[in-house]
Amino acid sequence: MTTTHSAEAPPQERLQEHFDATIARDQRIEPRDWMPDGYRKTLVRQIAQHAHSEIIGMQPEGEWITRAPSLRRKAILFAKVQDEAGHGLYLYSAAETLGADRADLTERLIEGRQKYSSIFNYPTLSFADVGVIGWFVDGAAICNQVPLCRSSYGPYARAMVRICKEESFHQRQGYELLMTMMRGTEAQKAMVQDAVDRWWWPSLMMFGPPDGDSPNSAASMAWKIKRHTNDELRQRFVDMTVPQAEKLGVTLPDPELRWNDERGHHDFGTPDWSELKRVIGGDGPCNAQRTERRRSAHEEGAWVREAATAHAAKQADRARKGTAA
Amino acid sequence: MSGTNKGDWPLYEVFVRGKRGLNHVHVGSLHAADDAMALTHARDLYTRRNEGVSIWVVRSEHIAASTRDEKDPFFAPSADKVYRHPTFYDIPDDVPHI
Repeated sequence: MTTTHSAEAPPQERLQEHFDATIARDQRIEPRDWMPDGYRKTLVRQIAQHAHSEIIGMQPEGEWITRAPSLRRKAILFAKVQDEAGHGLYLYSAAETLGADRADLTERLIEGRQKYSSIFNYPTLSFADVGVIGWFVDGAAICNQVPLCRSSYGPYARAMVRICKEESFHQRQGYELLMTMMRGTEAQKAMVQDAVDRWWWPSLMMFGPPDGDSPNSAASMAWKIKRHTNDELRQRFVDMTVPQAEKLGVTLPDPELRWNDERGHHDFGTPDWSELKRVIGGDGPCNAQRTERRRSAHEEGAWVREAATAHAAKQADRARKGTAA
Repeated sequence: MSGTNKGDWPLYEVFVRGKRGLNHVHVGSLHAADDAMALTHARDLYTRRNEGVSIWVVRSEHIAASTRDEKDPFFAPSADKVYRHPTFYDIPDDVPHI
């Protein structure tokens, strides 16, 4: 975009004051507003990481599309994985309003220079995993994302509104899938419980390290990029999920999990933070496989991108000649 | 703001009319090789659930925008003309239909 009208540049302090006042009034910052470098950097990192998570998140469930047990489940899973792609694209589009370059972001993901959510580095061993991912992982994502609809950066907040609308289908299809399996054979019920056991702790880790150990949280809260701390959101997820587990008839694998009347919340055990560090650090069960898959998809798709560019150039050229003649 | 970089597809801004009678509203952006592809990508990306009946796409670089900041002296002239608003005028309560 080009600017047709240029005002005299106000001094740095005035700009900072205006920015702070906008945040204080709970108004949105828009792409062309002045913003501190730290704000921009934090947003690009968070939005890119979020976009990468959606794109990598297509893989664990995508593996089950060809093996879905019915046409109905296949169509649903297809739609869900397509949504994840869409969510990634909304978010990349938001990151680009901050000056990030799409190709550069893809490059950073493939080269492991930018992260994605640790949860997608775990394998999907049975079809029950598809249900549990919808229930836990998308449920956790909803806890994280609903407050982000009020994030201070306009394009990010607007992308989150679209995403949250769609995410609700993701969670519900997962829970419905599990309810169906729980009405099935003993073996099917055991598959559900096994998937719950494997995904519960990694899902709690999705909210990130505990508040005392979360280096970027304070600044993000002050800038209203984030609205709640990791521990607050984790608590909300536990409180939300416990009654759903009871209704479903599965046990959450935490002996310390119980209702605390005084707090008005559930108490629960401590996730293995060393595992989270390991998985984020690249040493999870599927890290290498996920990045490699993304790389090969990108590289094997290069000829399509190039062909489309060549086709567009040829068409434009023909149109020009046509008008000239 | 953007252009072609390393042979990448250019950036397009997408506007969707939610239903007949409403304006097209900006919903986001996407990359495409040309206008036709931008339209089909916009359909797949922004209208998977009947969100629209019409789509406009335009190359981002073709949009001219007002000044850098959303709040700016550019819009100041409209702030001091209170007589443009109906509430500026005192009309007795017993005058009907006005």
